[in-house]
Amino acid sequence: MATTTQERRVTPVHDLRSSRRRAVTEQMTRAVLLIATALSVIVLATLLIDILRDGAGRLSLDFLTSYVSRFPEETGIRAGLTGTLSLMALVALMTFPIGVAGAMYLEEFAPDNRFTRLLEANINNLAGVPSVIYGLLGLSVFVYILGFGRSLLSGALTLTLLVLPVIIVAAREALRSVPREIRDGGLALGATPLQVAARQTLPAAMPGILTGMILSLSRAIGETAPILVAGAIAFRRADNEPWYPLEAYTAVPIHIFDFVKRPQQEFQIEVASAAIIVLLALLLLMNSGAIVLRNRYSRNR
Amino acid sequence: MSAEPTSGRISLTARRKRYGERTVLAVLWLCAAVSVFTTVGIVGVLFFEAFQLFRIPGVSIVEFFTDSAWRPFTDPSSDLFRIGVWPLLNSTLLITAIALLVAVPLGLGSAVYLSEYASPRVRKTVKPALEVLAGVPTVVLGFFALTFMTPLLRSVFGTDVVPIFNAASAGIVVGILIVPTIASISEDAMSAVPRALREGAYGLGASRRHVALRVVFPAALSGIVSAVILGFGRAIGETLIVSLAAGNLPPGDLPALNPFQQVQTMTAYIVQAVGGESPRGSVTFQSIFAVGALLFVVTFAINIVAQRIVRRFREEY
Repeated sequence: MATTTQERRVTPVHDLRSSRRRAVTEQMTRAVLLIATALSVIVLATLLIDILRDGAGRLSLDFLTSYVSRFPEETGIRAGLTGTLSLMALVALMTFPIGVAGAMYLEEFAPDNRFTRLLEANINNLAGVPSVIYGLLGLSVFVYILGFGRSLLSGALTLTLLVLPVIIVAAREALRSVPREIRDGGLALGATPLQVAARQTLPAAMPGILTGMILSLSRAIGETAPILVAGAIAFRRADNEPWYPLEAYTAVPIHIFDFVKRPQQEFQIEVASAAIIVLLALLLLMNSGAIVLRNRYSRNR
Repeated sequence: MSAEPTSGRISLTARRKRYGERTVLAVLWLCAAVSVFTTVGIVGVLFFEAFQLFRIPGVSIVEFFTDSAWRPFTDPSSDLFRIGVWPLLNSTLLITAIALLVAVPLGLGSAVYLSEYASPRVRKTVKPALEVLAGVPTVVLGFFALTFMTPLLRSVFGTDVVPIFNAASAGIVVGILIVPTIASISEDAMSAVPRALREGAYGLGASRRHVALRVVFPAALSGIVSAVILGFGRAIGETLIVSLAAGNLPPGDLPALNPFQQVQTMTAYIVQAVGGESPRGSVTFQSIFAVGALLFVVTFAINIVAQRIVRRFREEY
């Protein structure tokens, strides 16, 4: 590194003309970088404004409580909404115990050996696997090999495998941030490592774990590709409930995908935008929940 | 690990063997190992199902990798049937190239600005905005590509040049999708460059631009390169944007380089073929997995390369 800086010719400060030129290039660099940064923010703003403008007029209570229809003025996303909520419940139910237990093992008990390193590398690699691949896994294993069919359960299991690595990483971070003294205190009083983990470390890490959990779930319910491949159907006119896991299912993102693909302008623009507003509102709600949780937690510490 | 001292270095043997604890530990281990089962499952399923494709009479694995036309929906015995994956691969690479053309300048520009120029207040507003952008579901971005970017391109370049479904619109929006990935990872890498390097350069009279582009940027290069590669991997696996905006027509003439043409990426094919609900054992069903296996191999290789680069070229300070 040092060599690169030494090689640079540095403009002498007393040379007024070139120092003015230097000020100009400085300002230009700053401007270009600022534009690059602002552009993403502008795109985000355009996207949101565009969607709000197109979809707000179509949004109503009826839109949330009626099923999909061939007619744009009658259609709603009730089936998708119940499907998304059911998926969320099932995914939470499955990822929470598995994710927390896995994180606890890796963070508190895992010996430092090859297998542990393999596990860790594996979890990192899974995060880079495209989500559509998880859909293929679900389609083959859950829909056909285990025989769950194109059901809510197949979708929930697929999403579970998808977010599990994310949840394990988040839960590990939460466990790691628990001060060592808490563990040492427990151990000094004669508790076994497992008792310390279950009664001291885990409760102390719980708010962090829950925050990570909510964020991962919000990622799961925005995913379309995995459940699209693992058998979700767009045209369903019935509610989904988590206690009937073997029924066919749909979800809000699936509705959006279906609306955008329809040829009529009303579906493609207005109805799709309205469904997107609902989905984004749901995600916003979950994310603000996570932020509130995080803030309250960090104040208490 | 912190628990080791209690496990009996001094004779503190427990009066009872704690079988319950061992069971619990085994369960915890099993939960951690779920990720390994997932990986084994993915690899196993993809290759097993892909292999079934090539057992169907008339489908050859050699053709799959060498033929230049993709027409899998006809009967394998007919003359029209062609199952060469190159049109799909070509489409994916075309979209990815457009995406990187958009995302690399924007992402790296943002990273340099946020790490070297921005005031803490700007950083505090822009970083969450980038996170929000990263959190927008891709189906929403697909909608944005089809209903905003495509009309925009069509009004700029003319409706006779730009068809409704085109690689450019999808590619640009995929690029926007991976800007946050590239920006945040390379910003982390730049922020990790020690202060002493910057102050040394300032002490020698370097301007802020020199410090940013000639000191910090090269010092963080390994992180930046891996950020770009990770973005590349994400772009290749992107599904919804391309299936909504890029179309479902595998290009006939290879190599397909025109951004204003309809294409079909590997992921878009998977979505299209799955929609038909063809039975297991059919060419369509098994071909989904063959394409998926190829996609998996490509992204996996990319991720490994990114990790290697970070490990090999990381500079320790």
